[in-house]
Parts: sequence; structure tokens; C-alpha cells
Amino acid sequence: MATIQSTGAEELHPDVALVARVRKGDMQAFEQLVKQYDRQVFRIAQHITQNREDAEDIVQDAFLKAYEKIDQFQGNSKFSTWLIRIAVNESLMRLRKRKTARTVSMDEDVQTDEGFIPRDFADWSPNPEQLYGQSELAEILRKTIQGLPEGFRSVFVLRDVENLSTEETAEMLGLSVPAVKSRLLRARLQLRERLSRHFKELKEAPEK
Amino acid sequence: MTCKEFLAQLTDYMDGKLAAEVAAEVTTHMGKCGHCEVVFNTTRKTIEVYKNNEVYELPSPLRDRLCAAIMAKCGTKKSGC
Repeated sequence: MATIQSTGAEELHPDVALVARVRKGDMQAFEQLVKQYDRQVFRIAQHITQNREDAEDIVQDAFLKAYEKIDQFQGNSKFSTWLIRIAVNESLMRLRKRKTARTVSMDEDVQTDEGFIPRDFADWSPNPEQLYGQSELAEILRKTIQGLPEGFRSVFVLRDVENLSTEETAEMLGLSVPAVKSRLLRARLQLRERLSRHFKELKEAPEK
Repeated sequence: MTCKEFLAQLTDYMDGKLAAEVAAEVTTHMGKCGHCEVVFNTTRKTIEVYKNNEVYELPSPLRDRLCAAIMAKCGTKKSGC
């Protein structure tokens, strides 16, 4: 493969050209962006809100907002990061709306040491993918992450599933960097502990 | 390094954010402590299994419906307001 020498100009992400077309009123370009990121926005919204209807609404609202504010997109971040920020905001807003009746704040439910001290020390072997079918595995993963406090879940999803940086995650969730790190560790350890129960059980009694 | 200190460094270790000498201490600790080695391995697998498997899929019919709704709503608005 030939190496492309830098000509001084930075290589532009293909989204930049799409955004430029959207600004000129090209709806097809916007549709392309929707199709590129709708699954990701849905996934994030569903993870944060744990509510299917909310997630569907958030997909629509986030893209609509992105379209309306496309002139505010500076291009100093990736379009995807900008869009995710909008989606996270929408998700947190819906969450707060639903929560006012319950009075539990995002911070209160993370004041727990549950799962912080590892208790399960059995390795997973073979890997979960080899033990379970795709839909069965997805069901286990869904149920497991559902049980995580929201403040942990959001951090885990943005950092570990969507590959955002600690700084981006902190900014989007309105948390400090140390808070993100501490929640990430707890989220990872709690999920590990809970998944261990599943993956160990099957290892002890393999059915197929 | 104690197991508690190991845990405190685990996230930065996994993310490759530790100074070389601290990372070496973590590696040495895992070599001696089977429990912490399992915690490291299974935590890494936890992240991988969530990264590699689509937990919330957006089914095609719903995808099409949402896309159509978005495009219809955008059509009635002007971008850049």
C-alpha cells in the first residue's frame, strides 16, 4: 500500500464534507449522516435511559437538534462526538424528567461499595462468545448492565462501549475526571462480578 | 503492591495510562497473585464482550421508520437557525 505523504493540510474526516453539504441544504447528505449514526445514538440512549420509547424519541430529537444547529458545529471535534453529546444531553434530560417522581439523584445511587471488592476469582474459559448463542449472550449482557446504577452505566457505556476519552465522558456527563475514573472502575468490577456468575455456571455444566 | 493498591491502579493500567514503573509493579503483582490476575483477565473480557456484541439492536423496520420521521421533520425546518 502506498504511503500518502502529508501535504501540510490535515486529512479531513468524510463527515466534514457531508456536514458542509448539509449546510448548503443537501438533505441527502444529512440522511447519510443519520444512517451512519442512528444505531449508535439509539444504543447510547437505550443504555442510559433503559427505556425503549425514550430511546426512539431521543434518536429523532437528537438528529433534529443536530440538523437545526448544524451551523454551530465547529469542526474542532468530530461530528460523531458532537452528535453523541447532543444524544447524551437528551438522554439525561429524559432520565431526570422521569426521575422527579422518584427523587433519586444520579449521585446518590453510586455511594455504594457493592461490587467494589472482588469476590469471584474463577476465570472465564472458554470465552462467553463460544458458550452462548448471539441472542442469548445479548440477553445476559442486557440484564446485567440493567442492574448497574445509572451513574455507573453511563460512564461505562461512553468510555468502554463507545470509546470516548475520560475527558469527553466527564464533560458530557458533567462529572470531574477523577469521578469518571472511579465510576468506571466500579462499573467494570460490578459487571465483571455479575457476569462471572453466568459464565462460571455454564462452565461447570456445559450443555452444548 | 497489595491487592487493594492493585485495584486502585487497575483502570489506568488497562487503559495504558500508568507510568512505566507503576505498570511494572502491577504486572509483578499479578504474577504473584492469582486472584488479581483473574480479576484483570475477566475485567478485560467484560469490556470486550460489551464492545463486541450489540446489546441494543435497532431493527431494520424501526430504523427505516425513525429515519423517515427524522427526514420529514427536518424537511419542515431550515438548518442553521
